[in-house]
Amino acid sequence: MAHIRFGLKNLRDVLNTVGGRSVSKRFLAQDAELKRTALYDFHLAEGAKMVPFAGWEMPVKYKGGITEEHLHVRQQVGIFDVSHMLQTRVEGKDRKEFMEKMVVTDIQALQDNQGTLTVFTNDQGGILDDLIINNTDKDYLYVVSNAGCADADLAHMKATEASFKKSGGDVKLSVIENALLAVQGPQMVSVLQPGVDFDLKNLPFMTTTEGKVFGVDGCRITRCGYTGEDGVEISVPQSGAEKLLASLLGSSQASVKLIGLGARDSLRLEAGLCLYGNDIDATTSPVEANLTWLVSKTRRQKLDFPGAEIIVDQIKKKPSKRRVGFVSSGAPIRGHAKIFSEDGSELIGETTSGCPSPSLKVNVSMGYVKTPFAKNGTKVKIEVRKKMIEGEVSKMPFVPSKYFILK
Amino acid sequence: LKYNESHEWIRINGDEATVGITEYAQSLLGDLVYVELPEIGDEFAIGDDACVVESVKAASDVYAPIDGEVIEINETVSNDPALVNSSPYQDGWLFKLKITDESQLAGLMSAEKY
Repeated sequence: MAHIRFGLKNLRDVLNTVGGRSVSKRFLAQDAELKRTALYDFHLAEGAKMVPFAGWEMPVKYKGGITEEHLHVRQQVGIFDVSHMLQTRVEGKDRKEFMEKMVVTDIQALQDNQGTLTVFTNDQGGILDDLIINNTDKDYLYVVSNAGCADADLAHMKATEASFKKSGGDVKLSVIENALLAVQGPQMVSVLQPGVDFDLKNLPFMTTTEGKVFGVDGCRITRCGYTGEDGVEISVPQSGAEKLLASLLGSSQASVKLIGLGARDSLRLEAGLCLYGNDIDATTSPVEANLTWLVSKTRRQKLDFPGAEIIVDQIKKKPSKRRVGFVSSGAPIRGHAKIFSEDGSELIGETTSGCPSPSLKVNVSMGYVKTPFAKNGTKVKIEVRKKMIEGEVSKMPFVPSKYFILK
Repeated sequence: LKYNESHEWIRINGDEATVGITEYAQSLLGDLVYVELPEIGDEFAIGDDACVVESVKAASDVYAPIDGEVIEINETVSNDPALVNSSPYQDGWLFKLKITDESQLAGLMSAEKY
């Protein structure tokens, strides 16, 4: 996390986002290239503090503040504008084979309307991005990947599309210019059920469907999220985004609030979920990242994805480092903190992210350690500002997940 | 009360200065969950890292607004960091310095200037 220095630089930053729209436009002349989602005005009207993120102007928090927003998602319902993420439509009869050229998971085995988390890999077995691929029953794959990798992902997919078509494959790629709202929390069903014409009991975790939501046509609803709570992500045409958001926020079934990116990060950390660029990147393999489960057994046999030999070798022989979670007290642990063995004598790894956990009131973090130290319960020392903090390797998620999984 | 550009306030009482962060600073930071106070006896030059306050999102440095030696720290805030948010000028004070260079006080801002 960033080390904030107070000073005039930050004062100007704050002025840019205080007092509403007219102030922002004047001060942000130099940031004119930042993109805005369909809900930009809505965020400002709700008192959002906007910050640059992956080339977009996004809300980091609203009036309540990060802790309050975080706890609201765990207790009620929170809505995140994640329209900055890349949504792609992949059509063509060979679309599944096409995606398999770039990812480690068995896409052909996906049932109708089933989705899966997966990763794009490179030839060194590193991760280019994590993404969700949904096999809709409407002859296309609905793909969602990170905003921070949007340009790179699109270039990667387009280049693969070109060579795939050259070899005679039938595929067509297009970007979906919809807004995307994540609706997350234990009361999500009570809020959303009145707005859809199907029973949400028939939409389990990692499945997708399309339809009208609160009168807004052309929506896709996927039972997934980035918080560990039961939730959905609704892809909605930009022209209907404000109306949909207003309907959800106006629910009489529960208290629904807009939530910023600040709380999004603390929520996903509690849920043990990776943030691309922090916890996974081109230098980490899915095996090191504790994501071996994404590498389908069929794909391991066929060795038909980038970096397959390296990754399968790591699965057989164990990788040299592993991503694990830590729990600690005292000074919060963030990313890039050195990790030592319990007696402090051996440097065994480095953290990749962390924060004080609003739900658990302890500090949670994740990072990579040499494999012998990766067992749950292993005691470690983590260096923060020249002091050694006691930590313990912990299983993740730190907060139990509440996904709606049919037994 | 006097202020500086990095949003610390200082209350002078003879040769003692009580230091904290301003209302503006605490609202920028959000809810504080951890405070790392200096130790009694620490000697600071003006602008040195004196203290760290942390929110869920980030760690922030609090600087020594003047030269001085730490003579007292507010342990209550260690146990209850939220006091800095709820009472930044009273219960949320952070540490007290023995003033070693009185001329530096002239460089601080009055309330109007801040």
